[in-house]
Amino acid sequence: MGKKPEREYGEIYRTLLNRGVTRRDFMKFCTATAATLGLSATYADKIAEAVQKAKKPPVVWLEMQACTGDTESLLRASKPTAAELILDIISYDYHETVMAPAGHQAEKSLADVVKNHKGKYIAIVEGSIPLKDGGIYCTIGGKSALAIAKEVCGNAMATIAVGNCAWDGGWPAAQPNPTGAVGVKDAVPGIALVNLPGCPMNVENLVATIVHFLTFGSLPVTDTMGRPLFAYGKRIHDNCERRGHFDAGQYVKAWGDHGHRQGWCLYEMGCKGPETYHNCPTVRWNEGVNWPVGSGHGCIGCAAPNFWDTMTPFYRRLPKVPGFGIESTADKVGVGLAAATAAGLVAHGVVRAVKGKPKEEKTEE
Amino acid sequence: MRAVESALNITIPDNARIIRNLITAIQYVQDHVIHFYHLHALDWVDIVSALSADPAKTSDLAQSISDWHNSSTDYFTGVAAKLKEFVDRGQLGPFANAYWGHSAYKLPPEANLMAVAHYLEALDWQKDVIRMHATLGSKNPHAQTYIVGGMAVPVDPSSQNGLNANSIGFFNEIAKKALAFVEQVYIPDLLAVASFYKDWAGHGAGVGNFLACGEFPLDGKPNTNNYWLPSGVIKGKDLSTVHPLDEKKINEYVTHSWYNYSDGDNKGKHPFDGETTPNYTGPKPPYKNLDTDAKYSWIKAPRYEELPMEVGPLARMLVAYGSGHKRVQEVVNLVLGKLGVGPPALFSTLGRTAARGVETLVIAEKLSDMIGELAANMKKGDLQIADTSKWEPSTWPKEAQGYGWHEAPRGALCHWIRIKDQKIANYQCVVPSTWNGSPRDAKGQMGPYESALVGTPVKDPNQPIEILRTIHSFDPCMACAVHVVDAEGKPVTKIQVV
Repeated sequence: MGKKPEREYGEIYRTLLNRGVTRRDFMKFCTATAATLGLSATYADKIAEAVQKAKKPPVVWLEMQACTGDTESLLRASKPTAAELILDIISYDYHETVMAPAGHQAEKSLADVVKNHKGKYIAIVEGSIPLKDGGIYCTIGGKSALAIAKEVCGNAMATIAVGNCAWDGGWPAAQPNPTGAVGVKDAVPGIALVNLPGCPMNVENLVATIVHFLTFGSLPVTDTMGRPLFAYGKRIHDNCERRGHFDAGQYVKAWGDHGHRQGWCLYEMGCKGPETYHNCPTVRWNEGVNWPVGSGHGCIGCAAPNFWDTMTPFYRRLPKVPGFGIESTADKVGVGLAAATAAGLVAHGVVRAVKGKPKEEKTEE
Repeated sequence: MRAVESALNITIPDNARIIRNLITAIQYVQDHVIHFYHLHALDWVDIVSALSADPAKTSDLAQSISDWHNSSTDYFTGVAAKLKEFVDRGQLGPFANAYWGHSAYKLPPEANLMAVAHYLEALDWQKDVIRMHATLGSKNPHAQTYIVGGMAVPVDPSSQNGLNANSIGFFNEIAKKALAFVEQVYIPDLLAVASFYKDWAGHGAGVGNFLACGEFPLDGKPNTNNYWLPSGVIKGKDLSTVHPLDEKKINEYVTHSWYNYSDGDNKGKHPFDGETTPNYTGPKPPYKNLDTDAKYSWIKAPRYEELPMEVGPLARMLVAYGSGHKRVQEVVNLVLGKLGVGPPALFSTLGRTAARGVETLVIAEKLSDMIGELAANMKKGDLQIADTSKWEPSTWPKEAQGYGWHEAPRGALCHWIRIKDQKIANYQCVVPSTWNGSPRDAKGQMGPYESALVGTPVKDPNQPIEILRTIHSFDPCMACAVHVVDAEGKPVTKIQVV
């Protein structure tokens, strides 16, 4: 393919070039994104084409009952970096923590997007939405989180709920849920929504979701709980680097023992990997330097539904898992344990509210 | 975790103590830099003004204050071009609708351009240096390796699954990168920006009382008072006396908070006996204003000896300064000297922002020592990472109580726990933003944010950038509402500080 004249490139790509990003780096980013999405490297060209053509889509980020962990996670993006994402790829029009304006000016930024880009912007939501007592437990500028979510998500082209709190209420919704906290799916039902649970969400999956959207014009295929299959389609246990030790019956018995130092299986220390669907082991964290099991601590199931209630106590070993498993036993174990989760995991729960389903997904159907 | 270790009287092993210190240290360094460049700088730096900067003059300016490698005319020409391109596209994103061009912005265009360049560099730098936190803590944010009794990160120089010589090498590289940026970018920028805003040494003083609970313990005992950055209390801006901190002297009030106490809302409660019973009395949303004579906040009002206390980098640096911490004294005096101001300047918005920089430098310098400490311990053959003798709840006494303190980057974070029959009977947290953002107490005493705003001159009530400067200087952990009231008590405007 010959080199295209620069003026034919889309705004995002042109800006990246001007920022000193080489074609090679750009293609590396596209290939990495394809990998996160579980697509073959041949998709890199398609992604590159889409990113090159696209105008910067307006994106707003709402923060409700949250600890800002997902915001922090956003800043750890590496493919592309947060600076590239925020300045070059999307038009990042509202995010209380990082935006320059405050007060009425900040509110104007949000109102402008909802009014001027109705149905054409992406809303990202961090944090849960409290419904109890008229929404008094979370108000911003005197408005309830629910009212804001209805207006902003209700008028968006698509909404991405990042972290557990925006998915199923997360920590604030843990028993006894004093504020009546719920996630976006229950606060604003019926909208085009993708959920990226995790505590916090892994920013690589957020970037992949946005790029998927820019590339294919649709949200990624999800399970019936609204989680993209590219990131939540497989159990941690199935991709775990310590799986060999599980199968061999080599378990850590105490913090700092021989097995712990040798990277053995953390199942007996309470690891929830056998019940949790997430791409943690493959995508990892912070540019791939680590992930919980890799560090020596079991998975706490933070991408699982209502994990503060369902996955605690974190250090109690999962019940009825026969140890010293051979491969077949281990698989049976996994199926049995994951029954509740797996029941919801019908492979083709597709978010359809977004127009223009791409061919690739149709062939899967 | 420290609260439970206190309740169960657990001494953590040296490896665990050092690993915790390292995680805390790198988090301070990364977090403070993010605060300065991404959450606070644009209160002082006018991005639009940077468009008219001369890159050659910017290069001269940068090279006159630092040896940082990114300082050529070409470099700043590139940054200016990118900025222009960004602005020309008309999608200003997070920079739209700010107070650009406000007369309170004092920096020349070249200083603004330099700051914009470093805003972008810092954004890339922070994700790199925090990989040390992820290596020790499993991921960042939300580390997952802290356990009661120690850490869940194995230490073993003979294993590829534990911290080994390779890890030490990686940490040293990160420590070098962290210190270089702090020494050559953050501190020179801070001094350069501050030199144009010296009048801010006269605004935003706040309550003048400071509390630090101590951090970077030098031994593993529960509730140790053996810290590298000391604990203590300063009252009435008197640096000559640092009072010892006594947790028994902390009480929380709910007089102006949306909670009820079982025996009346005008009496304080010690956190061991704390109650958290919501009682919302405010207006139904949507609303415009809150009545500050009534209850008006979800935050309780913590008080020490009945006094409001400021916590955070300024409190820690003042306590260290007053306690004779040599390196803190040196760096504080250096900064004061460079700005040509005396110690009273510390009690201000500018002092708060400068103290954060001082602390970042002192901690970034300390990183390599801490890494060396870990390496030395490994060399001794010490592989212990946790005391698990109390791991099983069946080993606990029927009843126990304890308190654990941590200095988070934005200030003292204190937890109290009561355990009964192996379960939590009461748990209370007094966190940095409840100290700093507290509403009034039973006596009507204002908390640090409110107090710091009293007397702040606001040039244009419709563009109150001055309010943002002071509130952001505290590094608030929330979006909070600030109401500006004129001399007659008439509301002028409302600023949502985000």
